[in-house]
Amino acid sequence: MKIHEYQARNLFRKYGIPVPEGVVCHTVDEVKQNVSDKDKLRVIKAQVHVGGRGKAGGVKLANTKAEAVEKAEQILGMDIKGITVEKVLVADAVDIEKEFYVGLINDRNTKSVTLMASAEGGVEIEEVAKVSPEKIIKMPIDPSMGLMPWQARKIAIQLFADPKEIRQCANILVKLYQLYVETDSSLAEINPLVLTPDKQVLAIDGKMNFDDNALYRQKEILSMREADKDELKEIEANAKGLSYIKLDGNIGCMVNGAGLAMATMDMIKLYGGEPANFLDIGGSSNPQKVVDAMNILLSDQNVKSVMINIFGGITRCDDVARGLVIALDQIKTDVPIVIRLSGTNAKEGLEIIKQTGLPVVETMREAAQTAIELSKK
Amino acid sequence: MSILINKDTKVIVQGITGRDGAFHTSKMKAYGTNIVGGTSPGKAGQEVEGVPVFNSVEDAVKATGANASVIFVPAAFAADAIMEASYAGIDLVVCITEHVPVQDMIKVTPVLKKHGTKLIGANCPGLITPDECLIGILPAMIFKKGNVGLISRSGTLTYEVVNMLTESGLGQTTCVGIGGDAVSGLYFIDLLEMYENDPATEAVVLIGEIGGDAEEQAARFIKEKMTKPVVAFIAGQSAPPGKRMGHAGAIISSGSGTAEEKIKAFKAADVPVAKEPRDIPGLVKEKLGL
Repeated sequence: MKIHEYQARNLFRKYGIPVPEGVVCHTVDEVKQNVSDKDKLRVIKAQVHVGGRGKAGGVKLANTKAEAVEKAEQILGMDIKGITVEKVLVADAVDIEKEFYVGLINDRNTKSVTLMASAEGGVEIEEVAKVSPEKIIKMPIDPSMGLMPWQARKIAIQLFADPKEIRQCANILVKLYQLYVETDSSLAEINPLVLTPDKQVLAIDGKMNFDDNALYRQKEILSMREADKDELKEIEANAKGLSYIKLDGNIGCMVNGAGLAMATMDMIKLYGGEPANFLDIGGSSNPQKVVDAMNILLSDQNVKSVMINIFGGITRCDDVARGLVIALDQIKTDVPIVIRLSGTNAKEGLEIIKQTGLPVVETMREAAQTAIELSKK
Repeated sequence: MSILINKDTKVIVQGITGRDGAFHTSKMKAYGTNIVGGTSPGKAGQEVEGVPVFNSVEDAVKATGANASVIFVPAAFAADAIMEASYAGIDLVVCITEHVPVQDMIKVTPVLKKHGTKLIGANCPGLITPDECLIGILPAMIFKKGNVGLISRSGTLTYEVVNMLTESGLGQTTCVGIGGDAVSGLYFIDLLEMYENDPATEAVVLIGEIGGDAEEQAARFIKEKMTKPVVAFIAGQSAPPGKRMGHAGAIISSGSGTAEEKIKAFKAADVPVAKEPRDIPGLVKEKLGL
C-alpha cells in the first residue's frame, strides 16, 4: 500500500523526524484559508502515487501567498501519468546547503531490513545505483537488535563532518527505522534529507510503502489509504479473494494462480495481442468467484474478448467446469469467451464445458490465438 | 536419489486440525508420505486421519523422531510456527501459508541460521519426490519419477510445466515450489547446488518470474559452478512496472527485476529460455541429447 508524501511527513513528525511546516489542501479555497498571509518562499507539490511529478509540472515554487494560490490552482486538477491531482502540499521551502538520500527497504538477498544512504541526494536513487553504485552505503540490520545508535552514527559519519550534524542525522536514522518496523513498512525514503545553511538536518521529501500482508495489524496505516480509481478496483477484487491488475490491452484473461496468470498475459503478447488485465482467481472451483471475476473483468470497456485459462490440480477440471457452467449462465455478455482447461480430469471437464456452447481448447497457445482472433471481430 | 526429501522423511503437520491441514494430511498420506504426527495446541491425544496430534512440535519430535514439518496455520501465526519447528530441531520446514508479513520472515531468518534449519516458502505449494514423498499441496497425479529436477516460484504454472514434462516422457527427481514472496527460505542457488550434487538429477528446469534478482544470481551460479544443463522460463514479460502481480515478490521496482534482464542473464550463461511453457520439454530433451 502506498501513501502520499504529506502522510509520510505526518508519520515522520509523529516519530520525531524534523520536517518543514506544510499543509495539505484539496481546493484553492483551502490554500487561501490554511496558508498563512506571510509572504515567503513556498513549494507547492502535487500529491499523487506516481513518480516523476516534478518533470510533469506537479512541483512549483511560490514567493508570495498570492503566488502560492495561483500555483496551487495550476496543479490541482492537473493530469500526471493518467492520475488527476486532487491534493497539493504547500510547504515552506528551505535553503539547502547539501542534499542526501537515506532509505530503508526489505532486502531479498540479505533477508533483512537494509539501510541505504548516499551523499548524492535529491536525484533518483535508482539512477545513482545504476551509474555509480559505490556512492550508496548499505547496511543490513539485525532484526533482533534493531538499528543501534552506534550503527546509525557509523552511517551518519560518512555523510556529515560536524559532530552536531552527525548526531542529528543518526537520530533521524534510528527514528526512521523505528517507524519502519512498527508500521510494517516495505519502503521508507527521505529524499532529499538536507542540511540547511543554519546547520539543521531536515527531511524535505518522504516516501513510504507498506506490506499489504501486514495491514491486518496496522489499522492506523490502513486508515490512511487514499486509493485512485484503478487501485480501488484492485482493492475491491482483493476483498473477494481475487487478485486483479488493470492493464491497457483489450484481451481480458482469468486464470487460477499468479504465475500461470503472468504466463497467460505473456502468451497473449507473444502471439500479437495485448492483455487487458492480470487476474488470479485462486485455487477453488467456487462459481461465485468466477462470477465476481468476470464482472470485474468486463467492467473494463476496452475488453473485446476473454480467455479463461484453468489448470486443474487438486481442484479437478470437472469441478472447475461445473463452476464455470453455473457462473457463465449468470453472466450475460456479448464479449466472446474462449476457455482452456487442462490438468486433472481435463477430459471430463471439457465434456461438461461444451454445454455452454463456448469455444473450448486444450492448450494455452490455442486459447491465446483464439482470444486474439475473437477480439478483432 | 533425490534432494531434500525421500521415502525415509518423517513429516509432522503443524495446524493439522484445521480444514486445510486435515485435507492435505489425507492427500499426503494417500500418496505414501510418512506422516508421523501433527500439532495443535491443547489437542494432544486426538487423531486426525489416523495421525496422532501433539501439543507442540517438541513433543511430536520426541515421540516420533520427525525431521520435516509442513505448516498450515493462519498467516499471523506462521512465523511463530516456523520458529517453533526450528527450535525443536526439525531439519526441513515447509510453510504453505500465504500472506505472511515480510517483517515476520525477516525475524525468522536468523533463527533458521542458528539451528541450521532449511525452510521452503512461505506461500509455496511444497515439494515432491515422485513415488516417495509429497509435502504440501501439489497435485500428486501429474508427477512421475525420473531424472529432471524442477524449481519454481509459482504454483499452477509449475503444475502446467510438470504435466508437459510427464506427458513428454520426462520424469522428475524432486520438484520444489519455493514460493512467491520477496523474503523466503531456500532459493534458486541453494537448490541448484543440491541438484548438482544429486546423482539422479540429469537436468534442471527453473521457473522464475519478475521481481528481485534471484534469477540473475542463479544464472551466474550455473555458469560458474554447474555441470548439469538447466532450462529456464520467466513469467511476467508483459507485466507493467510498479504493480504487484499476485505474488508479493512479483514486482518490477524502479526498473529492476524485469523479465528482460533475467532472460539476458540466462542467455549469457548459455541457459536456454523457453518462449512459452510448451517449449520447455523440447529444450530439456535437446540438452539431454534425447
